Amino acid sequence: MARAVVTLPAQAKRGEIIEIKTLVQHAMETGFRRTQTGELIPRDIIRRFTCTYNAIEVYRVDLHPAVAANPLIAFTTIATETGTLSFQWVGDNGYSVTEIAPIRVE
Amino acid sequence: MTTRREFLVLAAASFAAPTAAKAQLDPNLAAKRKAAYEEALGKVVGGAQVRTGRVKLQLPPLIDNGNSVPLSVAVESPMTAADHVKAIHVLTQRNPLPDVMSVHLGPRAGRAGISTRVRLADTQTVVAIAELSDGTFWSDSAEVVVTLSACLEEGLI
Amino acid sequence: MSIRAARLFLALSAARLFVEPAAAGEIPLPERRSGYEFMSRETRAMQDDDTGNPGTLWVLDGEALWKRKAGAADRACSDCHGDARESMKAVAARYPAFDPARGRPVNLEQRINACRVGGQKAQPLAYESKDLLALAAYVARQSRGLPIDITIDARTRPFLESGREAFFRRQGQLNLACAQCHDDHWSGKLAGSPITQAHPTGYPLYRLEWQGLGSIERRLRGCLAGLRAESYPYGAPELVDLELYLMWRANGMKMETPAVRP
Repeated sequence: MARAVVTLPAQAKRGEIIEIKTLVQHAMETGFRRTQTGELIPRDIIRRFTCTYNAIEVYRVDLHPAVAANPLIAFTTIATETGTLSFQWVGDNGYSVTEIAPIRVE
Repeated sequence: MTTRREFLVLAAASFAAPTAAKAQLDPNLAAKRKAAYEEALGKVVGGAQVRTGRVKLQLPPLIDNGNSVPLSVAVESPMTAADHVKAIHVLTQRNPLPDVMSVHLGPRAGRAGISTRVRLADTQTVVAIAELSDGTFWSDSAEVVVTLSACLEEGLI
Repeated sequence: MSIRAARLFLALSAARLFVEPAAAGEIPLPERRSGYEFMSRETRAMQDDDTGNPGTLWVLDGEALWKRKAGAADRACSDCHGDARESMKAVAARYPAFDPARGRPVNLEQRINACRVGGQKAQPLAYESKDLLALAAYVARQSRGLPIDITIDARTRPFLESGREAFFRRQGQLNLACAQCHDDHWSGKLAGSPITQAHPTGYPLYRLEWQGLGSIERRLRGCLAGLRAESYPYGAPELVDLELYLMWRANGMKMETPAVRP
């Protein structure tokens, strides 16, 4: 099932700054909401987003409940070499989603 | 049926132990959240001075719904090994928790920034702090008017 | 009522049936405006960009479900319907549609479940479940950009009238009719938020208030709760009749699924 959508160019020139947009499906339950009968719904959020480029971390975000549901994270990275970009979202209750995308750099 | 003694004990207990329900009615809520924000800010910068500038925080001034507010931060920086942005922190002054997110990056990012969507609980000031490789801190802030707040409204329907 | 009065009543009703009147307050086509136009620039941008529209996540889930075999018949939607981009084109734009088996109009979700039960020999998907929303979003996505096209004939006329009557009826503790806000006061504000014309051009849609994707029935139940009126269970004929009327009232407007709304 589609957990995440990642958008970035398939190829780029060496040294070019490329834009990456990521969208992941997650309720990001804040821990402040209550059920109809008044019980607190426990916090359940994505805690960390990491982007690695040929296994080297190039961008990382620590998330808190104030990040909206179905988080969008858009950022840039330099196209340094051909290879694989890997995106990982890790969160509460063992949540872990990984998406990979190839990139060709000339 | 509660006896007078039981009633007094209950009343005292509810006074002494503020529950989450009481927090929603807390008349000092704004002050408490501001204090929490100051503390979180302190954790981010240590004792360092925070200068305004170099950072551009963008938020729409009036938003449709506090549950999802587009936010972007851009920091002027050459992003070289010698001079780059190490981290970007976003904080709010009136959300239940002051921290929103922390970005960790380096020269490989090319540009220092992030675009995302955040939750805002109230009309308030949002602050973005950039931590540079030379140890200095720079910031920008933005005011947002929120009529439909996140975190507190149930959205039952 | 005397025979004469009854005949008169029937004649008047029949006249009304064939004339297809734009009843008091219905918005002429050139003045129909989608809820899209009442949103901020940023929310519109969220809808327009598939790579940032959270509804895309449900559409992709629906695409996967479309190809997945299910039920005792071990059949996928694609086994009968092939490529949805062709077979489902313009389908959602004409729903709710008459179902001869039920003798009444059904909405898209009910039609999907009829296929689940009849074609796939599987359990129907629960209303408002993730899977049903995903399939409905995927199917309705194939109508994006196409005009809503509800045709009314003798079979569907009574249900349209039932929906119309509900739209104009005062109800609930607030004693308000849908028409009072959505025909008479659109472009005004309710508690700071714009009142739209209430055209269901983008369902199922991602609502910021829900922080998730939801159906028009979820929205209607929310409206009824807001009026402090009697609500109806999902799939109730009252809700489908009202949906039929609202879609007919929006005829000619472009579908936007998956839309984003505040």
